Amino acid sequence: MSNELDIKLTEVALRDGSHAISHQYTVEQVTNVTKALNEARVPYIEVTHGDGLGGSSLQYGMSLTDELKLIEAAVSVADFSKIAVLLLPGIGTIENLKEAANLGAKMARVATHVTEADVSKQHIETAKELGMETVGFLMMSHMAPVEKLVEQAKLMESYGADTVYMVDSAGALLPHEVRERTKALKQALSCNVGFHGHNNLSVAMGNTLAAIEEGATRIDGSMRCLGAGAGNTQTEVLVAVLEKMGIKTGVDVYKMMDIAEDIVAPILPKPQEIDRDSLTMGYAGVYSSFLLHANRASKKFGVDSRDILMELGRREIVGGQEDMIIDVAAELAGKEKAAT
Amino acid sequence: MSKLKVGIIGTGNIGSDLMVKLSKSESLELKAVMGVDPESRGMRHAKELGVNVFDNGIDGLKDYPDLVDIVFDATSAKAHLHNNEAAQEMGIQMLDLTPAAIGPFIVPTVNLGENLEAKNVNLITCGGQATIPIVHAIQQVATVDYAEIVATISSKSAGPGTRANIDEFTETTAKGIEQVGGAKKGKAIIILNPAEPPIMMRDTVHAIVDEAELDEKAITESVQKMADKVQSYVPGYHLRTEPIFDGNKVSVFLEIEGAGHYLPKYAGNLDIMTSAAVKVAEEFANEKAAKTVEQS
Repeated sequence: MSNELDIKLTEVALRDGSHAISHQYTVEQVTNVTKALNEARVPYIEVTHGDGLGGSSLQYGMSLTDELKLIEAAVSVADFSKIAVLLLPGIGTIENLKEAANLGAKMARVATHVTEADVSKQHIETAKELGMETVGFLMMSHMAPVEKLVEQAKLMESYGADTVYMVDSAGALLPHEVRERTKALKQALSCNVGFHGHNNLSVAMGNTLAAIEEGATRIDGSMRCLGAGAGNTQTEVLVAVLEKMGIKTGVDVYKMMDIAEDIVAPILPKPQEIDRDSLTMGYAGVYSSFLLHANRASKKFGVDSRDILMELGRREIVGGQEDMIIDVAAELAGKEKAAT
Repeated sequence: MSKLKVGIIGTGNIGSDLMVKLSKSESLELKAVMGVDPESRGMRHAKELGVNVFDNGIDGLKDYPDLVDIVFDATSAKAHLHNNEAAQEMGIQMLDLTPAAIGPFIVPTVNLGENLEAKNVNLITCGGQATIPIVHAIQQVATVDYAEIVATISSKSAGPGTRANIDEFTETTAKGIEQVGGAKKGKAIIILNPAEPPIMMRDTVHAIVDEAELDEKAITESVQKMADKVQSYVPGYHLRTEPIFDGNKVSVFLEIEGAGHYLPKYAGNLDIMTSAAVKVAEEFANEKAAKTVEQS
């Protein structure tokens, strides 16, 4: 039996989970989680503000701890796992990427909206020059037809991406759609294909398995679903499921169960479940990190958060447009006032 | 009043939009358009306007040094270095619409008066032109400890230059928020939205002001006054709602509808840049006219 892994996992709780805790990670939390994941032999651990490098802002939420300190702490306890960072061109810059690389981040995941891959060229190329492994991350993949997704993925591959991910940021894709997209990507690309899911419609696991069956070899998950919206594919569950399927991830199932229970669960303000709002996100096809922002706007303006989210979906709002949540909430509140 | 003679370098979207706007100006006269590709749509348009057309860029002006007093550079940061050198040798004032930023940053409603004599001024970015006036308006009534802007533009209106160098937008705009807007610290974010039909340009300004100086009424009035001022040269510029307050955080939501001159109305980002540049040149023209009167 070969030592090659069938699937390489990336744990995203320390990045995607940042959304769920309003970007309040401490050095201690990141150190503890990373150390344990390193022992469980998780290949990649992503650590950044939820919106990537430079994401700390009034628009998305200020980080409690400078993300560079978090990255540094993660690197210091990971001798097996590689630390990955997320970068959204337009939010983070090449300067930010260089700082992260200097601290020992080994993988750069450069994310754009599914139709805007060309803004990632400089950042992917720079990451390569810095000696990092590179990932092109096509967000909100459900919003573009398959041909468009493939075209944009090929662009990222041409810039030097070692892997291109189809990212279901809204948790809106269904298994048959994931299957169709992964198949098309596998046919068109020679680099690795990855999948990042969200569980807003309770199909993150099904979607992940569909992607794997069609040839995706890079998969994201979050322990205890500690991610935006209803969270991601639950990593510790995925590891167990893949082991039952005879698919090799190299990750220790028991250890993952313990980390989820003992270290990650206490970080969550409340257990992740698919509630009215996260369900609406998947249903409306809205970026998962809008969840807490829509909750707050709903309270401030006295409008149903579902109405806000549905309206955002109708307007085809993309990731990063958190300001539109307040804008739409204020507008809906104004309309309700006018009607009464 | 005799018109001030101006030229444009670059015949892409910005250069072409400038051609339309300058042909409507009462104090500026477009005399020359400089590009590189004689077959391009912009160059053909310039020929139809009947102005002098040069296909060897600014070097074409060297044989006609008195043809223009001011040039608008609508090329790229890289090309601007050469263009500026050539312009300075000929004693031509330079309005830089590229991200090169050799000269001082300029926002017409904020610091134009201080820079009327500058040989080279830079127009920052579209997001900067839309939001820095608001940061400054808040700063006039309360100390701004931090200001952050989010510019959302339709994918269709983001040209290849912007896409290939998106960090230039965020970095230059952040500097402008500090240097011209007056915030102690600035940050800028840009988002491209591909929705069809294309969305209008949206800009949001979030500012953290000194709690002791927070006066919601004064801030709201100052912001509204400023929006009216910008609107005087960018007619499609308007506030979406009154400023929204959350503790000492102020959020201002803007929408900029383009004039629909060269690109459709969704391209407010293009319109605010070219409108600001024309406004600056018109002020230069007024200053020169005033001086001529003084001297005679």
